[in-house]
Amino acid sequence: MVDAPASLHAPADYAALMRRKRLYSGVIVVIFVALMASGFRLADARNAGGFIDGIGHVFDFPAEILSEALRDWRNLPGFLLEFLPSLIETLNIAAVSTLFGTLAAGVMALFSTRGLALWPRLVPVVRRAMDVMRAIPEIVVALVLIYLLGTGPVPAMIAITLHSTGALGKLFSEAAENADLKPAEGLASTGASWLQRMWFGIVPQVAPNWSSYALLRFEINIRASAILGFVGSGGIGYDLKTALQWGQGKYDEVVAIFVLLFLTISIVDALSDRARARLVRGGQPA
Amino acid sequence: MSTTLTPAAAAPADPALRARVHGAMTRRRRLALALPVLLLAYLAYVFVAFDVAGIASRARPENAATLLNDFWSHKTHVTRDNRSDTLQVAIEGENKGTYPDGQTPAWVHTGPTSDGPTADGTTAGGETVIDLPDGSRITYGRDISALIERPDFGTIRVARVGRDITLELPPGAALPDWISASARRVNVTGPGWRFSMTNARTETFRYAPGWELFFFTLESPFAGRSLPDLVALALWEPRLDPARPNLAGMADDFWNNRMWRHGDVVWALGETVLMAFLGTMGAGLIALPLAFLAASNFAPARLIRLALRRMFDFFRGVDGLIWTVILSRAFGPGPMTGALAILMTDTGTFGKTFSEALENIDTRQVEGVGATGANALQRARFGVMPQVAPVILSQLLYYLESNTRSATVIGALVGGGIGLLLTQAINTQKDWEEVCYYIVLIVGMVMAMDSLSGWLRRRFIKG
Repeated sequence: MVDAPASLHAPADYAALMRRKRLYSGVIVVIFVALMASGFRLADARNAGGFIDGIGHVFDFPAEILSEALRDWRNLPGFLLEFLPSLIETLNIAAVSTLFGTLAAGVMALFSTRGLALWPRLVPVVRRAMDVMRAIPEIVVALVLIYLLGTGPVPAMIAITLHSTGALGKLFSEAAENADLKPAEGLASTGASWLQRMWFGIVPQVAPNWSSYALLRFEINIRASAILGFVGSGGIGYDLKTALQWGQGKYDEVVAIFVLLFLTISIVDALSDRARARLVRGGQPA
Repeated sequence: MSTTLTPAAAAPADPALRARVHGAMTRRRRLALALPVLLLAYLAYVFVAFDVAGIASRARPENAATLLNDFWSHKTHVTRDNRSDTLQVAIEGENKGTYPDGQTPAWVHTGPTSDGPTADGTTAGGETVIDLPDGSRITYGRDISALIERPDFGTIRVARVGRDITLELPPGAALPDWISASARRVNVTGPGWRFSMTNARTETFRYAPGWELFFFTLESPFAGRSLPDLVALALWEPRLDPARPNLAGMADDFWNNRMWRHGDVVWALGETVLMAFLGTMGAGLIALPLAFLAASNFAPARLIRLALRRMFDFFRGVDGLIWTVILSRAFGPGPMTGALAILMTDTGTFGKTFSEALENIDTRQVEGVGATGANALQRARFGVMPQVAPVILSQLLYYLESNTRSATVIGALVGGGIGLLLTQAINTQKDWEEVCYYIVLIVGMVMAMDSLSGWLRRRFIKG
């Protein structure tokens, strides 16, 4: 929306341009407000409970579980320990799928970047494949795989890996597009194979960027893995679902799980924030 | 890492430097070796922790076969109830796909019946002949028996004698592996069909490619017609149903198709996009003013800034899953709950990124606007907003696309949108063609949102 006036001969031109711009902005704002208002009303109408009724009760449930947790606060440390293995499972799912996703995305990114690809004809094919992998929500793959493989962490892991590959592949390939080709060309002149050119010429250049994206993905994957647990593939999400279904009497467990999830996400968030700042700014010289 | 050094460089003058370089190289080499080993060790641990070996025993390959078949084909059940002696032809064995009174597909011939169709719409008595795609033919006899004629094998007779099911093969034939027989049940499988007889029922499944009744269900007068036929009906042929024009009838029957529920599906997709839109944009509207208060160069007080920062961290840290659980208690299932859950998490994210963008602006532009005597609001509007608008807009659009996907998942949790339909279809464990349909729609929806957000980004944020 920041248009630089190209060539203006007279103030009248400028005034007309400004008027038109203002008109366009006005129209966009009106459309946006109309969309928001009608969308809100539609969502409100199709929701089981209305917004106005619900807003007064937002704190009912937190108050209920917190009061129960406060009453039985002595149980909390025990529950925190009890759910630690599930939390580790959730983290493992996220870590392994980030790892596999990063590796697969690295390969796919190199195959789908013009100028680097081993088989240039396959570039659009690999790109489409990554688009599809990115577009399929994890829950779809996870639920289908649960039907095939039974419940457990593996369906969630595969689902998150697939999605991570697609999402990271796109970012990786954008980073690789900006890589300097000279090292790879230099290696080529020594008779290096494609693999050697990539490994010694391109990967060192993109490694900081790629690892930064992978760290961000790890954060996202922890959340995804917790959610997938809720639909039946193990980890802390599954414990949360069980505790919630039990209802009153197990709210102290619910609070313990909320605390664990919140702490984990916040800590990983802060750590990866710091690591990413180092990778992108302070890390290797460009 | 073999580096060929020129003779001049091979002998560095400074031995200390040489030692340092060597030390660094050794460390690097050790690291290069240690990393893969560590990774392998971790993967081995996960292999055990996830019980990957046990997957093999828990996996159900027959489920995979069902699923793959159902994704692209459907089956028609021709069932005779051996107790009441009635015949029913139903697509996928579903109520919604049952052929009405005495009507059958062309490949099922019902012989002369003794007493005609019964009151409940099923056909009684008589002989039933079923033609199968490979040239085989199954005849349900008047007594409780069936003849299966396979051109390459001969005639097999299956009958109920007393409480047992008996099997008679053609003379001299050995039991082939496509027949399984016990006293309770006989199963015969052929290319594109399956037959089974138990005490209770005689049943034949005939498989056909494609999704059954995708456009019209059997009760619609347009069911089973060819495309040219439908075009002719829509454009010039007389009304099939005098009450409504053919084209309107088609649209109506398609929209209200009971098997595929196209109308509901479109609504569900709309709800999902609505959740993403309301959540993202609402979060943006809330986060923008807060971001000003949380940016170090605009914050009125350090305390407010720190408090807001912590609040953003809290909103982000409380995962979408937790917000979903809490909010669905207050608002019940539906798109509003999903939108609010997205809004909560994203307010935290946007607050953080927007305030970072605000901290990185160029102050000279603001000073310039201030020099004309502009007040704080005007300085923000004309000095700051033009600088941060591209960042904010691109963030909003990026999240709009990514939240469309999240809204599918959240919909599955809160019970709204296409996510709900998908989980319902998967939980029935048999409507896999519907699952496939929803997956295709979801992927299409996400890709469409991706293109839309990319297009808007290019349109509004020109380099």
